[in-house]
Amino acid sequence: MDHLFFGYFAGVIALTAVLVVAFRNPVYSALSLLIMFFHVAGLYVTLHAEFLAAVQVIVYAGAILVLYLFVVMLLNLKTDDRYHSQWRAAAFVGGPLLIEFLVLLAGSLAAPPAAAPRVDIETGDNTLAIGETLFSTYLFPFEVASLILLVAMIGAIVLAKREVPETPAS
Amino acid sequence: MTIPITYYLVLSAIVFLTGLVGVLIRRNIIAILLSVELMLNATNINFVAFSEHLHDLGGQVFVFFALTVAAAEVAVGLAIIIALHRAKDTINVEQFNLLKW
Repeated sequence: MDHLFFGYFAGVIALTAVLVVAFRNPVYSALSLLIMFFHVAGLYVTLHAEFLAAVQVIVYAGAILVLYLFVVMLLNLKTDDRYHSQWRAAAFVGGPLLIEFLVLLAGSLAAPPAAAPRVDIETGDNTLAIGETLFSTYLFPFEVASLILLVAMIGAIVLAKREVPETPAS
Repeated sequence: MTIPITYYLVLSAIVFLTGLVGVLIRRNIIAILLSVELMLNATNINFVAFSEHLHDLGGQVFVFFALTVAAAEVAVGLAIIIALHRAKDTINVEQFNLLKW
């Protein structure tokens, strides 16, 4: 049953990830990315990360992707977007990753058994456990994250602001 | 019966490679940013899989932070795209060669 769920989610994730790159129309790319986000959230549920699944749907699918679609439709993009080739850069970066991928595939037959469970995170409330970890161990990174969001908000407003004319027309 | 961690690593590698190829071959800046989102999601899948595998909540907390950074990146990146489109009336990356050597 676990393998069935994993196979379904992984298949749809891989397929829609390829479609994001393959579609020439950015709206279609964004919509297949939406389907991928929902299936990643489903994968999180099977991994006992229910809080992250909810956050994935709300933040990624609800906020980030709506922002993408808003900008795509605001700029009124043409779809005649041809691919261009950067084979040297692609080979330089993709070659080592491909080798690592093959090593992973070869090592999957002789995978060691899972480590002994130290803390059982599956029992009880996942959201409660994440909240306690976030506000005790990771309190300072949490505050830094809020600062990053503030800086991003100010930066976005400053960058996208239209220049106001000096003398207002009366 | 649980899923081996290797399956998650392979899935994550596939998604990451797809995003990398997308960044390299697309010429539309918005498509490039969507491919960056693919790569961020691949790392998040890895983090959550290892959090389950090692029974440690730190991985899920890191996904939370990666999500924060992704939101900030999207806000600033799309603002830059709007400013670029206002300046040059295109978002094709080959038209922006001011900073190339």
